[in-house]
Amino acid sequence: MTRGARIALWGLSLITLAVLLGPLLWPLEAGAMNLTARNQGSSFAHPLGTDQLGRDMLARLLAGGRASLAVGLAAMSVSVVIGAAVGVAAGMVRWLDGPLMRLTDLFLALPLLPLLLIAVMLFRAPLSAAFGPEMGLFILIVGAIGATSWMGTARILRGDVMALMGRDFITAARAGGTRAPAMATRHILPNVASALTVSASLGIATAILAESALSFLGLGFPPDFPTWGRLLFDGTESLASHPGRALWPGAMITAVVLCVTVLGDSLRDLADPRGAP
Amino acid sequence: MLRYTARRLFFALPTLLAISLVVFALLELAPGDPMAQLPQTISADVRAQMREALGLGEAAHIRYTRWLYQLAVVEPMVGIDALFGTAFSEGAPRLLSWQTRAPVMALLGERLPQTLIVVGLAYVIGVIVAIPLGVWSAYRRGGAFDRAATGAAMLSYAVPPFFSGAVLIWLFAITLGWLPSVYDTGLIVRDWDSLVAQIRQMALPVLVLSVQTTAQISRYMRAAMLDALGQDYITAARARGAPEGRVLMAHGLRNSLIPVVSIVAVGAPQIFAGAIVTEQIFGVNGIGALLVSSVQATDIPTIMAITMVLAVLIVAFNLMADLTYGWLDPRIRYD
Repeated sequence: MTRGARIALWGLSLITLAVLLGPLLWPLEAGAMNLTARNQGSSFAHPLGTDQLGRDMLARLLAGGRASLAVGLAAMSVSVVIGAAVGVAAGMVRWLDGPLMRLTDLFLALPLLPLLLIAVMLFRAPLSAAFGPEMGLFILIVGAIGATSWMGTARILRGDVMALMGRDFITAARAGGTRAPAMATRHILPNVASALTVSASLGIATAILAESALSFLGLGFPPDFPTWGRLLFDGTESLASHPGRALWPGAMITAVVLCVTVLGDSLRDLADPRGAP
Repeated sequence: MLRYTARRLFFALPTLLAISLVVFALLELAPGDPMAQLPQTISADVRAQMREALGLGEAAHIRYTRWLYQLAVVEPMVGIDALFGTAFSEGAPRLLSWQTRAPVMALLGERLPQTLIVVGLAYVIGVIVAIPLGVWSAYRRGGAFDRAATGAAMLSYAVPPFFSGAVLIWLFAITLGWLPSVYDTGLIVRDWDSLVAQIRQMALPVLVLSVQTTAQISRYMRAAMLDALGQDYITAARARGAPEGRVLMAHGLRNSLIPVVSIVAVGAPQIFAGAIVTEQIFGVNGIGALLVSSVQATDIPTIMAITMVLAVLIVAFNLMADLTYGWLDPRIRYD
């Protein structure tokens, strides 16, 4: 593991720990308003100051991090599951290969950000009604991001699986009477695990960026449910007077995406040392 | 080449049809009602009349066919009429925006130039910068320059554009006061001063977008150049005693540009979609801003038209990428 990857791992662990344990240790609540302490600068009581409603920025940043990381992980899982299913099916089953790859190409040709916007616009109200405003939007955003970001995983896995299918141990397993589902779970998936891990780590980065872009366009989570993207969006309005409100969440998004990308690249180099610099 | 072109064209049409079906179905199957935003005081029969007027009364397949007809036949006719002064499209129903009741394509026509100037210029600059960066990174692989370029590329991927845009506005427009923070769409370039003003207001959005482009394309360029430099013909050229500059430019660059050209073509339309965010930060009144405002106002015909225009652009550029690839590298025509 390179030095950069080690730093990235430490950084990511630190941020994750802070975000997970922070709300337990930090006494102030993210949503608690204190109108007597509005727009404060950095102080001992509020290390990052307060916003226009007197909410503590540190608490909001920690809560936002929880939401952003949760969205990133969940959307990545959706996208990896779809991508793995499509990729493995296309690689293993010859007659499925053509249609599934056409489907992948079709998704790659879709204008994704506009479609994400449309999906959020159309499904926001019904899903909010069904699961509550926060859970409904969480499901919607995770589902929409996951459903539009699986194509890379599918393509990479298809290639890997096709290469595997020609190997002797697969022939042996087939001769031993292994059925397709067992073949996929017992022989194929363990052998493409490294490629899957790389896709997964890069998928987290994409998902966090996509969520923050949606929030920035005003089509993400509601204002009382902070995510880093939402905080950044709210913060840009008061950029001139209180730059910290936008800069901190922006820096956190950048840090997480950078760490995850560096880790993903390093994993890829470990899995396939030929391409390493 | 002709057969290859025909085959590619043959695949492009079904793709477009499938995309149009996806866009239509998404809006059709959605449980959300386009009339949901209307005030509750409107009575039921007026509501029904409004549905009729918006064309919502008929079955889905009829509306889909009509929409497709309007998109593929009526609107191009209008374009031809406007160009040659003919009257093919007289009386044909055009796609109308629910928000303004104006033809959607006219709205798009107003907004597209704004986007094209900013996004197009940013893309061109980004590609021009990326190629030498990638070449030099590959040539001095593992050196200080390569590591710095790799780090910079990763960083610019990790920094979301709305964050880098905000920081740039804060730095250059608010703190230093060198550049305007908001894009003035009404500015018309007439003389020297207005040209300077136009350049000044374009500087930040173009910078944000072109840095993203450079980061991506320079990575591909580096990989392609590394690939080319490892080939036998490079060793052969060196063995013949060809000067290093010639080895790099004539033997390495020319061969490594083949995949990069298609990446550049494929990436071009995606940046339109990505520009939605950048337009929003800087207040560029382009196609992205139109999309966001139509989404907020549930203006479905406009949303569908913009999405389809972007889809057509993506498919067209993909087609172009395939064709240039096949033209530059004859081997792949026979796959």
